[in-house]
Amino acid sequence: MQICVFEPRGDRGRSAGTVGLWAALILGAFAFSSNQQAHAIPAFARKYGMPCSACHEAWPKLNNFGQVFKDNGYQLGNDKDSPIYHEPSYWPVSFRITPNWHRENTNRVAVDQAATGVQGVTTQGFDLSGLDILTAGTLMKNISFLLTPSANSSAQFHFESAWVRFDNLLKSPWLNVKMGKFELDNVLSEKRILSLSNNGGLYQIYHFRPFGDVGAAANPFGIGDNQLGLEVMGHSRNSYTRYSVAVLSSTDGNVGLPASNGYDVSLAGSQAFEAGSLGLQRVGAFAYFGQEPTYALTSGGNPIPGAGQGNKSFMRAGMYGMWYLKRFDITTMFTHASESAFLATGTASNAILPAGARDPVWNGVLLESHFTVSPQFILVNRYELIRMSQQALPGSASTPPAPSNQGDLDALTFGARWYPFMHSRAGFAIHNEYSIVRSRGIFQANSTAPFQDSTSNSVFVGFDFIF
Amino acid sequence: MGRAWNRHILRRWIRTRLLLGVFSALSAFAQETHVGNLTGHAAAGKQFYRRFCIGCHGPFGDGNGENAPWIDPKPRDFTSATFKCRSTPTGMLPTDQDLYNSVARGFTNSNMPHWDSLTRHSRVDLLAYIKTFSARWQTDKAGDVLQIPAEPPITIQSIAHGSELFQKLECWKCHGQQGRGDGPSASTLTDSRDNPIRPYNFAAGSDDSRFKCGAENQDIYKIFMTGLDGTPMPSFADVIQPDDAWDLVHFLRTLQVNRKSKENDALRTAGGKIPKVETKDAAPATAPPAQPDTKPPGAEK
Repeated sequence: MQICVFEPRGDRGRSAGTVGLWAALILGAFAFSSNQQAHAIPAFARKYGMPCSACHEAWPKLNNFGQVFKDNGYQLGNDKDSPIYHEPSYWPVSFRITPNWHRENTNRVAVDQAATGVQGVTTQGFDLSGLDILTAGTLMKNISFLLTPSANSSAQFHFESAWVRFDNLLKSPWLNVKMGKFELDNVLSEKRILSLSNNGGLYQIYHFRPFGDVGAAANPFGIGDNQLGLEVMGHSRNSYTRYSVAVLSSTDGNVGLPASNGYDVSLAGSQAFEAGSLGLQRVGAFAYFGQEPTYALTSGGNPIPGAGQGNKSFMRAGMYGMWYLKRFDITTMFTHASESAFLATGTASNAILPAGARDPVWNGVLLESHFTVSPQFILVNRYELIRMSQQALPGSASTPPAPSNQGDLDALTFGARWYPFMHSRAGFAIHNEYSIVRSRGIFQANSTAPFQDSTSNSVFVGFDFIF
Repeated sequence: MGRAWNRHILRRWIRTRLLLGVFSALSAFAQETHVGNLTGHAAAGKQFYRRFCIGCHGPFGDGNGENAPWIDPKPRDFTSATFKCRSTPTGMLPTDQDLYNSVARGFTNSNMPHWDSLTRHSRVDLLAYIKTFSARWQTDKAGDVLQIPAEPPITIQSIAHGSELFQKLECWKCHGQQGRGDGPSASTLTDSRDNPIRPYNFAAGSDDSRFKCGAENQDIYKIFMTGLDGTPMPSFADVIQPDDAWDLVHFLRTLQVNRKSKENDALRTAGGKIPKVETKDAAPATAPPAQPDTKPPGAEK
């Protein structure tokens, strides 16, 4: 069996020789837990006989060829796309899970046994990530699908994705229609994130909500979450130009219409351009206009599912650039967001807002860089910064007064992924990561104690495999 | 003295061979491609080859990648420097532009996708690396580029003459009378690596059908005149004149019965039947005249 196809010219021995060194470094290194639900699908690699690196700069991060493949409905555009051209035994299914060791530390936790009622808490140990069962491909030429039964680490399943897509309608790549539960057209995809720890395994910038905003319990919206709805998207043949318009149920992807029966709208577009030997550069923008109920109709005091009332709006918008300098790349993103004061203060729309309440507004900046040493080794670094520009309530509304920067967040993540082999049958990465998140003024030991910062950090070492 | 001299000679010989080997390796790695104003470098293209191509074409470019056993047709063997789609005479190396076009276009009826999702610079770098697999790229030069004359008008007479040439040149032996790739010789054909190979089925596909080396009439013309090296499809450059080649192109388009085309329009206008051509020097047909067995779209009864 050819294990290391990227070392064809006598380098294999050297590569094998470094395994022990790497293993020693890694086992002696950091610690990690995972909430990733990432997409990297060896079923495609098996179908087309390409190594993971064809579609992924380092899986699960897509390169532009992978983006075109995805945009084209998991099709390469040749006569091998339709499943009838493949062996009847071919089954487009992949499994991904990450056995890991992780360590979590939070500097301030309310602890009954502590003399002051507050102390830092550290947990650590061996663990499992969730499981993704990725089934995807084509039902026939130009009809594609993705179904992802996904479980948390205790095997409680849900459908992370489930959609069917009609591709290349009117024989044009500019018209594709998809319905079901799917990821929004985030080119910086949280489903293909290269960090897996509790703190680093998500984009804070995609999920941030102001302090005190508990929202409707059934709808903790995050733009990185998969949503239920219908999407129309299009792209140029090489996906340099892309657009997406989607209408979505206001449920944050939760099935059964648990609270809301409203609709949201998502818009996204991007344009790529070549910069000589530096690589492909891309700029883009997105906007999400959503709504959430502020109270529910009840029956016998119990909320009636799907009968949320008094919808109030929220908005997320952002623009980004993906800049390549050969093997080094950096993604820059700026986001702007706001939401109704009713949502931010948990006030029903038929009630009176607290005195001084106003719509909270915040901005975010993300810098994520990668150095792709080779298709088998990538270094990752990310820094996120979120700043409240307008709080929902003035600081004086609480006792003691809340700081003006309450909720401001800084997150730093860095790590490395090493892929000991690269072929078209399975994927395996040894993943090392450290992540730290600091939130300003969100911890209060008791109702009269001052607001303090909360810092948590994660260390994660995992064997990330997919087959 | 004699033994010492022999050792001296041996050392010099080894040193010379080593230097030559290193020089050869370095010159291969300094391989370049030139497409438009872009210059590709093999050293930069290596990473792209390993990322995108190695699965099928293999680490040594010999078409023996890990996926090769499972796909048909087999991946190209770059070590032989034999390429189907060229604008150069048969047996000659293709131009860099030919290779660039092939990579961007991909090959229909095969596993080779179109790679225009790679930047232009990446593609020329990639091609420079592919050229390191054969020494021919250092010793030979690409042939002269085929000059394609302007296409004459599409008429039923042109189609009829093309039909006659289809018989005369015995295209039907491989491609079949209806162009379905089922001629009497079809099952015996092999490529230059002795792998079975199927003649092109003109009747398959519809409006978006394309040929291996392109979708335009000029691309079909080019195939006649350059041949598809490495396959049984020969070059007819020494056999037919340019006007004849164009007539053959027009006729072959009528074999694409499910494709809307000017040729099928002309055939439909003529009642769906190709008239016989009375030529003085035409060789007697060795098989029944070719006629599409399905009328083109909208053909009258």
